[in-house]
Order: sequence, then structure tokens, then C-alpha cells
Amino acid sequence: MKILVPVKRVLDYNVKARVKSDQSGVDLANVKMAMNPFCEIAVEEAVRLKEKGLAEEIVAVSVGPTPAQETIRTALAMGADRGLLIQTDADPEPLAVAKMLKAVVEAEGPSLVIMGKQAIDGDNNAVGQMLAALLDWPQATFASKVELSAGSVRVTREVDGGLQTLELDLPAVVTADLRLNEPRYASLPNIMKAKKKTIDIKSPDDFGGLAVAHLTVKKVTEPPKRTAGVKVETAAELVSKLKTEAGVI
Amino acid sequence: MAFDAETRSQLLETIRRFVSERLRPIEAQVAEADAIPDEILDEMKALGLYGLSIPEAYGGLDLAMEDECLVAMELGRTSPAFRSAFGTNVGIGSQGLVMFGTEAQKARWLPRIATGEIVTSFALTEAEAGSDSAAVQTRARREGDVYVLDGAKRYITNANRAGLFTVMARTNPDAKGAAGVSAFLVPSDLPGLSIGKPEKKMGQQGAHICDVIFDGVRVPAENRLGAEGEGFKVAMQVLDRGRLHISAVCVGVAERLIADAVAYASERRQFGAAIASFQLIQAMIADSKTEALAARALTLETARQRDAGASVTLEASAAKLFASEMVGRVADRVVQIFGGAGYIADYGVERLYRDVRIFRIYEGTSQVQQLIVARETLKRGG
Ligand SMILES: Cc1cc2nc3c(=O)[nH]c(=O)nc-3n(C[C@H](O)[C@H](O)[C@H](O)COP(=O)(O)OP(=O)(O)OC[C@H]3O[C@@H](n4cnc5c(N)ncnc54)[C@H](O)[C@@H]3O)c2cc1C
Repeated sequence: MKILVPVKRVLDYNVKARVKSDQSGVDLANVKMAMNPFCEIAVEEAVRLKEKGLAEEIVAVSVGPTPAQETIRTALAMGADRGLLIQTDADPEPLAVAKMLKAVVEAEGPSLVIMGKQAIDGDNNAVGQMLAALLDWPQATFASKVELSAGSVRVTREVDGGLQTLELDLPAVVTADLRLNEPRYASLPNIMKAKKKTIDIKSPDDFGGLAVAHLTVKKVTEPPKRTAGVKVETAAELVSKLKTEAGVI
Repeated sequence: MAFDAETRSQLLETIRRFVSERLRPIEAQVAEADAIPDEILDEMKALGLYGLSIPEAYGGLDLAMEDECLVAMELGRTSPAFRSAFGTNVGIGSQGLVMFGTEAQKARWLPRIATGEIVTSFALTEAEAGSDSAAVQTRARREGDVYVLDGAKRYITNANRAGLFTVMARTNPDAKGAAGVSAFLVPSDLPGLSIGKPEKKMGQQGAHICDVIFDGVRVPAENRLGAEGEGFKVAMQVLDRGRLHISAVCVGVAERLIADAVAYASERRQFGAAIASFQLIQAMIADSKTEALAARALTLETARQRDAGASVTLEASAAKLFASEMVGRVADRVVQIFGGAGYIADYGVERLYRDVRIFRIYEGTSQVQQLIVARETLKRGG
């Protein structure tokens, strides 16, 4: 069976995001970029399924600018077999990405799509759900456990206050949450081997084109600066402040 | 093998991340326990670190010297004890075999050295043969199709974990000095081979050195590396290459120390200002940065020349001399910038200060490097 893993290139999670002076977005000039951490978890899960002999081929796909090839290359070094870049310098909104991914799914015919639950840049948490709807496939979001069998997949989801276990008929879309796994470091020999794997470069037009945008970003602001704390002299004072000022006890 | 810029940056990025996420958080713990957790050693193996310099045909990465140096610089950003765990497989423990081994010897050992299944050690130094390493007294007597080894080696890195030793021993007692020495591949499980207790060291806790004792160890003749009498040549060529690797580690540790100093000096306030704003502190930062840049440039330039096929005995010794002395000066200044905190274990700087002291001593002391640089410069006429 084939697994499709969409991956996104985003600001490295270790880098402190800075807002552009005109507040039009986050400044990405000369900052370190990396694979979205939730996408990394999705790749890891796909690779584990392949290592267990439950999948034959993993295709990593990204929609993004030319350097997104490096992100795909990382997925290849982790164990994906083949890459596909839908190259665009536009920053397409979730629905546009989902529509192109739908066309990719139709061309590639995977039985399972595993992707991050959201990208840490836009925090939209939308593409997986939209893709499932467009394909009319079952979906299981926020997965913390994935068990694959012949015609179905059992997914444990992290929901408020507990866990929910779903059984989905394949083909299906699964989105990965933080605790699904701990992604491996691509080994150095595998980084070298990934050089020899292919990445097809396509344009949005090969997959139905960029859909008309419905969203515009009006303004991005930094979170408010935290004010300095206060020092207390005694435990008793701390308790009294927690009661009277903070009102937490 | 040389790579394109993208693969190189991916490789270095992976190591940088491994160092900052997995190794740096446990530096103090490793120093305290004098042991690297097995789980971390397994991760290093899985990453491929044990095979950095092993030819691709035997499962290694076959890094060009320049790339190996860049990798060593990244690994220098944490306790050097971590690097020591696989350092012998990359350098002195494996390179004799890579350079002088027969096809059969390589096929037998290198694949397991590349994966880290076998740890290798390099056994040259003896109680009476340190800087004067050609004076080795460990004997190897030929008896039919075996050599019988008797003697003792001292301060051998990773001896307590090694599965295979490259041992320099005297095959011809009549030939004094280098001419009578041969190199052997000696598996650690041969009868008569025993390992001493790990020494208590000044720094780099978690990395171990021990005596290796040979008491009538019967080594198959097919395990001789190179011809009889070539042992010293093997040892010197191995060390030549190792010097660049050590230089790169020195650069990495210096860069780490400078970053620590900048962070501390920017936070620490005295006389109403961050101490980083005082020019006397800035002078220490400027001198450290300048010297670290110079060592980086010398190391990488020499590595590129070596990759291009040039003989770099002089330059590699000069790099090792300069880089190891440089990191000593940098560590000293960084302790000074930290003030009292520089002397306190919790801040980690005093640990690195002790850790880097060895770089001026092993794989040839600074004096030995001076002798080599002078000898080669005199030979070249300038
Ligand atoms: C942590 C550690 C790890 C080591 N790992 C290994 C290993 O894996 N394998 C191995 O074989 N060895 C190893 N060694 C040994 C190391 O290489 C030697 O300690 C080193 O070469 C110096 O030899 P020595 O200790 O006998 O000092 P000596 O040679 O006795 O030197 C003492 C002093 O005299 C100076 N000196 C000596 N000769 C001259 C001269 N002609 N002119 C001017 N000055 C001179 C030296 O520079 C030094 O300052 C290790 C040592 C340590 C401490």
C-alpha cells in the first residue's frame, strides 16, 4: 500500500518569530526554516508503518517555494521513498492547498494520507479536514496512536479530557498530534542515500491550479510583552498574594 | 566523498540538532557519572557517527577531511567526552586499517567498525615510550604463523570498550627505534590480553583510558598491518590525519565557550551595566573570537589541501599546535569572564576548562608539534 505524507516548510521552531515592521506578517528573510514538527511526526509514523511491512511506498509532497525541496529531502532521509514539490512562491491558503492535494491523491492513489494536524506558522488546523471532505474520505484528526490493518486503520485521538478510538475504512486521512511518536534523527548514511531519491517538481497548474483566495491577512502583532514579576519575602506572603491578588486559591 | 552544499548542510544540521537536543542537556550528568548512557551511545551508532571516515564500500560515510572537520566542529559544541566515544573509530583506531589494510582485513573488520558494533583503539604509548613513541618495547615474536605479543600499553583511549586494537610492537629487537616496529590488528578477546582499570583523569569524564597488557597473546600473522618494520609509518600517518580532527574539535569547543561567554557577559550586571559593555571584557571576547577564527581557517584550509592530495604534515601539526593552545587560552579567558561562577561546577565552564587541557598533550604534545613544524619548515627551506 502507498502512503502520502504532505509536509510543509516553516520557520524553525527554535527561532523566535519576529513580526515585519509593517505588520503584514512574520519576517522570514534570512531566518532558519525547517520541516513543520507535526509533519515530521507524520513522516515518522509512515516510516514506522513501512518498517513494520504494512506499507510499500511513502511519497512526500510539499506545496511551497523552491527551497521546500530541502524539506522533502529531509523526509526522504527519514525514510520516504519519493518526493513531489508543487512549486509556488504564493502562500496558498488551506483550501487551495487541500484542493491541490486532492489532485495529488487522485494521481497517486494512496490508501492512506498521514499529515500534521497543523503547521506551526499559520496554526490553521484545516488542511487535513478539508482534504478528507473534498475526497469524501473518513478522517481521524489529532492521532496519538495509529494501527493499520488490511482494509482499515484504528486511530486513537487525543480529545478534550480523554482519548477516543476510531476505526476507519481505507482510504482515509489521519492527522498527527504531538504524542503520536518521537521522530528519529535522519541518520547520516540515509541523508546521503536520500540524494539519490527523486523529487518531481511540478507546478500548481499540474494539479488544478491555485484556487481563488478567500482570505487576506490584515495584521500580525507580537504577543504582549510580559511585565516583570514580583518577589515575595515569605511563603505566607506568597499564599496571601495568590489568594487576594491572583485569586487562584 | 565530497558533497553538494545542500547535503552538507543537512548533515551538519542533523548533528547540530542532535548535539543541542540530546547531548548538551546531559553534559553534567555524564561528567558526574563518568559514563555516557548506553541509550545515547546507541543513538550515536544509529546516526552513523562511528562510520564518518570509513569508506562507503564498507558501510561508512567516507567523509572528505574538510567535511569531517566541519562535523568535528559541530561535535565540539558539547563535552568532548561524547566525541571520544566514537572518536577512535573515526580516527586513530580505524585509519591504520583503512590506509594499510589488505582487502581481507578491511572486509573482516571495517563494516562492524562503521556501525559501531566494534569499538577500536590505537595502542602506541607505553610507560617508557610517550613523545619518543618509536621507543616501544612491547615485543612481537614470530612463531610459525602467529606473532606472540608481550608488553604493556598505557593511556589507551576506549580500551575498556574496544573490540579491536591497532597495536604497535617491536618485531625486530636489534633494530633500535622506528625501524623495528610493526603494527598489528589485535582482537580484544584473544587469551592473554587484559585491560587495566580506567585512570582517574583531570577532565572529559565519561571517556576512559586504560592500560592494555599483553601476556603471550598469540596474534595470527595475517593480522599484521603493512609489512614488518612498517608499524611506525602506520602510526605516524594515522596521527597526521588525526591532528586535523583534533584541531577541528578545539575550534568547536572554543566557539561554544565564546557563545557561553557572550551570553553570560550580556546578562551579568556590575557597576550598573552588563559586563559585556566593559572594554576589558570586550578585549577578552575579541581576542578569543579572532583566535578561534584563525584556527578555523587554518584547519579547514589544511583539510582542503589534504583532500586535494597535498602532503600536509607541517600544516596539520601547525593547526593542532595553534588550535589546542588557542582553546586553552579561550577557556582560561572565559573562566575569567564568568568570575566566581567560572570556578563553580554548576556553570559548566570550569568543566570545559579542564576538558580542553588534554588537547595540548595527546596525539603529540605541543612541543612535539613544534618539533615537527620546525623540522618540516627547515626541510622546505622556509
Ligand atoms: C586522555 C589521554 C588519552 C590518550 N589516548 C591515547 C591513545 O588512545 N593511544 C595512545 O597510544 N596514547 C594515548 N595517550 C598517550 C599520549 O599520546 C601521551 O601521553 C603523549 O604523547 C605524551 O607522552 P608522555 O605522556 O609519555 O609524555 P612525555 O613524552 O614524557 O612528555 C613530558 C613532557 O616532555 C616534553 N618533551 C618530550 N620530548 C621532548 C622533546 N624531544 N623536546 C621537547 N620537549 C619534549 C613533552 O612535550 C611534555 O611536555 C593518551 C593520553 C591521555 C592523557
